[in-house]
Amino acid sequence: MSPPFTSSSEPPCRSSITSIFKPSWHSSTTHASKDEVGWGGFNQIYLVFRYPPRSVKLHTLLHIKKPLKMARRQVGHAGLPLMNIVRMKGVPILQQLEIEECLLRTSSDNWCIINDGADKPSIVMGVSGKPAGLVEIRPVLEDKIPVIRRFTGGGTVIVDHGTIFVSFICNKNDVADVQPYPRPIMSWSGLLYSQVFQGIADFRLRENDYVIGLRKFGGNAQSITKNRWIHHTSFLWDYETRNMSYLKIPERAPDYRLGRDHLDFICPMKDYLSRSDFISKTIDATRSHFSVKSTEFETVRLPSNPKFTPTSRLLTNQELEPAGKTSI
Amino acid sequence: MALRIWASSTANALKLSTATRPHFSPLSRCFSSVLDGFKYANSHEWVKHERSLATIGITDHAQDHLGEVVFVDLPETGGSVTKATGFGAVESVKATSDINSPISGEIVEVNSKLSETPGLINSSPYEDGWMIKVKPSNPSELESLMGAKEYTKFCEEEDAAH
Repeated sequence: MSPPFTSSSEPPCRSSITSIFKPSWHSSTTHASKDEVGWGGFNQIYLVFRYPPRSVKLHTLLHIKKPLKMARRQVGHAGLPLMNIVRMKGVPILQQLEIEECLLRTSSDNWCIINDGADKPSIVMGVSGKPAGLVEIRPVLEDKIPVIRRFTGGGTVIVDHGTIFVSFICNKNDVADVQPYPRPIMSWSGLLYSQVFQGIADFRLRENDYVIGLRKFGGNAQSITKNRWIHHTSFLWDYETRNMSYLKIPERAPDYRLGRDHLDFICPMKDYLSRSDFISKTIDATRSHFSVKSTEFETVRLPSNPKFTPTSRLLTNQELEPAGKTSI
Repeated sequence: MALRIWASSTANALKLSTATRPHFSPLSRCFSSVLDGFKYANSHEWVKHERSLATIGITDHAQDHLGEVVFVDLPETGGSVTKATGFGAVESVKATSDINSPISGEIVEVNSKLSETPGLINSSPYEDGWMIKVKPSNPSELESLMGAKEYTKFCEEEDAAH
């Protein structure tokens, strides 16, 4: 059986994981497959992270402890629905996406996932993204930049350690004044972040982008199921200007972009507030809508559902190479 | 039919979504259309049952609320669908939205035009924008779906609540 997260380019994440988790060795699953332990088949869910090649090639299974939450509305203080805030740092974006999709599809609780920085530069496309039109294939292949297709809609971003990710996963009934359609959810998010930036920057939601003035600093996307939805954002707190050269100007772009190239179109959030201030203000803004409870990542209980398989995935070189040849 | 498509596009452009009368009236139409003879799910999919086949798509109300559809993910022929569970998704306004099957059965045909022209779902949700054709495994499931009048009222109440 092949181990999960089998991409050879999957980044090592040892330092961030050991600072958060208490790994335990589970001898019966040395070569565990994703289907066996990742997302179902057991009463408890294991997150598996691969250690870097220089160490012993072991897979550490993180036994996540907590009784399964009952499938009923969680209510906190003042009768507001409960929102579990989970803070992470440097978790690879592919793993974050897999966790989010699992929570969206198999949990009945509300979650706010905050990941302070990705571990290394990665390109993340929306569900319908076609590499040839969105990515400079040759340098991406030469520099071995991972290209991920995520489960939500929307456009293409390049994320790295300067990116702050904030994701809201909600029951539609817990945000009852918001119809579970793309535009109302997007508007709701715009109001929430308006609180974050009030008095700090000229923030607004413009053609579904978060902008300061006329420059985009956050890319967002959504996925809507029958009773739940996720709205997630990658905020450019800072970025490497050279990384933007991996992205093409997309064919489908908002009108306000006015044909500008990446560096004239985006701006870093760091000019306005610190990482910690942004995160704390976002949590404060969340309290306007929810009763907030901070949950340590190691205590998160991912529901077991043998029918669930995450759909976000790393594109292979074979999938990118034909795109590179046709774009010559 | 051309007037109906025009009116649907106009309503979509004006973002009007208040439903609706069961019979299409082009002179007074400025809202989502609901067709007689179809059955409707509370997740805004429609079913047209003719002889042994059921055609499934999403309603005018749904396409109007979703916005411009830019991508459609549909299953393969030969697969199965289960009542009230997802069988595909559409992408619009940076969001993927699940499409749920109103009935259970075997997929016998998939609308291949939607891969090239996903906008058919917006311009012709009940005709050219159909998604899958199914051989129902339990025709009695149709009885639990809403008729045109009931669905119209359902949409009005849903919109009024927000």
